[in-house]
Amino acid sequence: MGEMTERTLLKKGAEASLYAAEWHGKSVVIKARLPKKYRPEKLDKTIRTYRTVHEPQLMHEAKKAGVPTPIIYLVDVENAIIIMEHINGRQVKKLLEDLVANERENLCVKIGELIAKLHKNGIIHGDLTTSNMILNDEGKVYLVDFGLGEKNAELEAKGVDLHLMKRALQSTHYQHAEECFLAIVKGYNSVLENEAKDVLDKIKEIERRGRYVAERKQERQNEVSV
Amino acid sequence: MTLYVSGGNTIVSAFASGRYRVFGETLDIALGNCLDVFAREAGFKQRKGMPLGAAVEQSAVGGKTLISLPYVVKGMDLSLSGLLTAAKSLLHEGKYKLEDLCYSLQEHAFSMVTEVTERALAHTEKKELLLTGGVAANKRLQLMLSAVAEEHESKLNVVPREFAMDNGAMIAWTGALSYKHGCLTPINESHVNLRWRIDKVDVPWAK
Repeated sequence: MGEMTERTLLKKGAEASLYAAEWHGKSVVIKARLPKKYRPEKLDKTIRTYRTVHEPQLMHEAKKAGVPTPIIYLVDVENAIIIMEHINGRQVKKLLEDLVANERENLCVKIGELIAKLHKNGIIHGDLTTSNMILNDEGKVYLVDFGLGEKNAELEAKGVDLHLMKRALQSTHYQHAEECFLAIVKGYNSVLENEAKDVLDKIKEIERRGRYVAERKQERQNEVSV
Repeated sequence: MTLYVSGGNTIVSAFASGRYRVFGETLDIALGNCLDVFAREAGFKQRKGMPLGAAVEQSAVGGKTLISLPYVVKGMDLSLSGLLTAAKSLLHEGKYKLEDLCYSLQEHAFSMVTEVTERALAHTEKKELLLTGGVAANKRLQLMLSAVAEEHESKLNVVPREFAMDNGAMIAWTGALSYKHGCLTPINESHVNLRWRIDKVDVPWAK
């Protein structure tokens, strides 16, 4: 892998470990999908290889769609390692709560626009959480971690993608979940226009499929009376 | 952090600010349901006091060959319906040994559940993981989760089977806690709610 300084662990994620290093004079992030002992070797290898190959492809597609993502420097499929640009900035997860209401809204509108740009080009992120968004020093939002993403232009895939964003807000930013999601939808609408409504309707349908949902509860209550 | 896996639920949740928050869940069918339906299709007989799906665990012990099946993780959520459909159609094709199918179904389904649990653990950095529900008794699932818990310096605890499945003590204890903390419902306003989401209920007794 050429000249590289010693790597320091940035984050031990579930799916991969992230390290920071200097590589040929550049600040890089090394994403290593380490083997998981809990699953069978064959399945483990399939999953790690698939994600290592697809993630850089999707990041490249995202860039073409106008969504900032780190530059990919090297992909080592055999060892499931990706070396990419280090983005100087802060995770949206860590700063969202500290913003004042209108700053938070502006940021969420921007996030909504980025998601819409992906969807407009048939790119599904697959893991839209505020952990996977970085606000850099110039106010630009980068999307990272496309490991669970896919190329898919279907309404279903877009609906699930946005539904996951909503769910992530409800579990991690529960104080501001509703206002943030509304702002994201606002940004999403501004880019996708007519199609946005179909995606939002799809989300409602997806939510109804779950077992414990308010709509179905209502239906049940009409049936069951004690 | 709690992983609740039963015939009706597949939920990864953790307590924060007065409520249990749902970090991951199934987008369609529950883990226990997936195993139960496959067991029924395979013609397994139910043993007393055990979910039908427990027969899949027994059969899987004899499985050696991993058959490739759909693996669907979406963020911290997962989808099991495609996996079940694929496993059922291979079963009816009759080309594979039943033990291998049971083994492969379990390995895929449990790897998915374990992956989303690991994601939630890495995200929240919780130091304890509780496994409950009817599928909690599965030894293979316990093994996978203990490996993940260990890696994230978290401790795995498993709820004993008699308390992990539906039982009166669980309901009565929740009622007693509610009463003690002033969550009261007059008799004439009480009703059956089969579809109450865990993250819609206030839990004043937890910290």
